[in-house]
Amino acid sequence: MPNRVAIVGIGQTYHKSKRPDVSQPEMVAEAVRAALADAQLSIQDVEAVFSANMETFEAIYLPDHGMAAEVGAFGKPGFKVNTGGTTGGSVVAEGFYMVASGLFDIAMVIGFEKQDCGDTTAAITAAVTPIWGKGAATGAIGEFAKQALSYIETSGATEEHAAMIRLKADRNACRNPYAHLKLGLKSVDEILQSAYLVWPLRILDFCPQSCGACALIFASEQRAKKITKKPVWIADVEVVHQEPFRAGVFGDPTGKETYTQHVACERLYKRNGISNPRKDIDMAEIYEPSNWEEMNLYEHFHFCEKGEGWKLIEKGITEIEGEFPVNCSGGVIATNPIGATPVIRVAEAALQIRGDAGEHQAPKDIKTAIATALGGPNWTVLVLLKRSL
Amino acid sequence: MSTVTEKLEGMDVWLYHGQIYIPNTYSAGAVGSKFLIELRDRKRIVGTRCPTCNRVYVPARSICKDCYSQLDEWVEVSNKGTLLTYTVCNQQNAIQPVEAPIVYGIIQLDGADTGFVHLLGEVDPEQLKVGMRVQAVFKKEREASILDIKYFKPLV
Ligand SMILES: [Zn+2]
Repeated sequence: MPNRVAIVGIGQTYHKSKRPDVSQPEMVAEAVRAALADAQLSIQDVEAVFSANMETFEAIYLPDHGMAAEVGAFGKPGFKVNTGGTTGGSVVAEGFYMVASGLFDIAMVIGFEKQDCGDTTAAITAAVTPIWGKGAATGAIGEFAKQALSYIETSGATEEHAAMIRLKADRNACRNPYAHLKLGLKSVDEILQSAYLVWPLRILDFCPQSCGACALIFASEQRAKKITKKPVWIADVEVVHQEPFRAGVFGDPTGKETYTQHVACERLYKRNGISNPRKDIDMAEIYEPSNWEEMNLYEHFHFCEKGEGWKLIEKGITEIEGEFPVNCSGGVIATNPIGATPVIRVAEAALQIRGDAGEHQAPKDIKTAIATALGGPNWTVLVLLKRSL
Repeated sequence: MSTVTEKLEGMDVWLYHGQIYIPNTYSAGAVGSKFLIELRDRKRIVGTRCPTCNRVYVPARSICKDCYSQLDEWVEVSNKGTLLTYTVCNQQNAIQPVEAPIVYGIIQLDGADTGFVHLLGEVDPEQLKVGMRVQAVFKKEREASILDIKYFKPLV
């Protein structure tokens, strides 16, 4: 039986396309200071520090070597992880394992990405297996365009549904002080006039490249209860891996590949007695690089039946005031500092449980939330959070 | 590697511009090499079959992801298949070996149980349809590369 683990400190930077005013380590330190302030702890209280970054995106190798002071890791155990899009989910899992094991009482996890440094699309394009991937790789945008087409063909969703999802994201982002894109979108029609990036993905259908960082402080049960009156418990974590290029990446058009989301949900839901996720869980913060993928993920996470993801937005179920809010923060389509992105999902879900999300707090009482991570290698990380265990 | 510095207007910060160039070598390995050599010498697309799961992997691989069987049974699959999804990218990236527009998709070759990612050619992107039948077009001069298949064209 693992030890209980709680989130006791949450900190993030604001997000922008460019942050020339700070170096990568300076930017990371902003999130670390915010998390320490939130927990009312000093860096000396933190026993181990784990960080997460997709270093090829910035073309800065071993960035952790240049920021031991800024992340508060000097002289401490800990290391950096890099698993593609799920990088930030992996570091949350890592921190959880470390405290749950009993090896550490207080650990910090940090995700960061400063995308004004490098060329993310070139880095993703270069990340394909050299033998099989040569030529047919165009970065994330091309991949999610294929996914969108696959979804249109199999579900009956229309561009209007995708636009509704985008509108929801923007309304929520406009209420979130940390969100990157706050466009003030007014209507579905306005979104349908946005130019195609790669058909059927429009510019407004895809996430931006953001600079930002997010830090979380985890504590063991005994320490957590002393640190805060509002611990958010990490009830469970699930990680499932897959291989993208063989599987045809997102969307599994052969119908024969395993969706990591399905496997991850099956295991997590079963262990936690979740039979109807939309009833047993109060809200979700999911990793949706595009609005089309969000509808697809509703289905994969069993928030609805197969082929019915678009109905959830049509009925307003996933709106912030809805029965099952998804991405009250505005989500990834509004803010995507890649290494930090899944950490932000967990942070935002935890804020909802604490009731500290401010303007973008869901009106319903959030006692249980799920945060998810998704990555190029079609990996899934799920984090189940609860107000009380 | 050359580095120039730039003083940012209106801010007391400096930006350093650089470019990383790292030569590298990647072995296609035992299974990948056989696949590529079959392409080069015989214009054949081959895969490996899992004896336990009865699943044909194309591209070929050495180990079954489901049961961890060592895969040593080679099968030839068809050079024809069904287009499962596709995309058209108009922006060129310096590291891509083909010129934009890059039209590519996922094809399930007849006899394979997996999706095969490759380029599409001899087709107006407007004419592409999920479910359409396509066929591999091989290059004349082949060099044991996945691009020995020039692209897949619609089967008429
Ligand atoms: Zn097998």
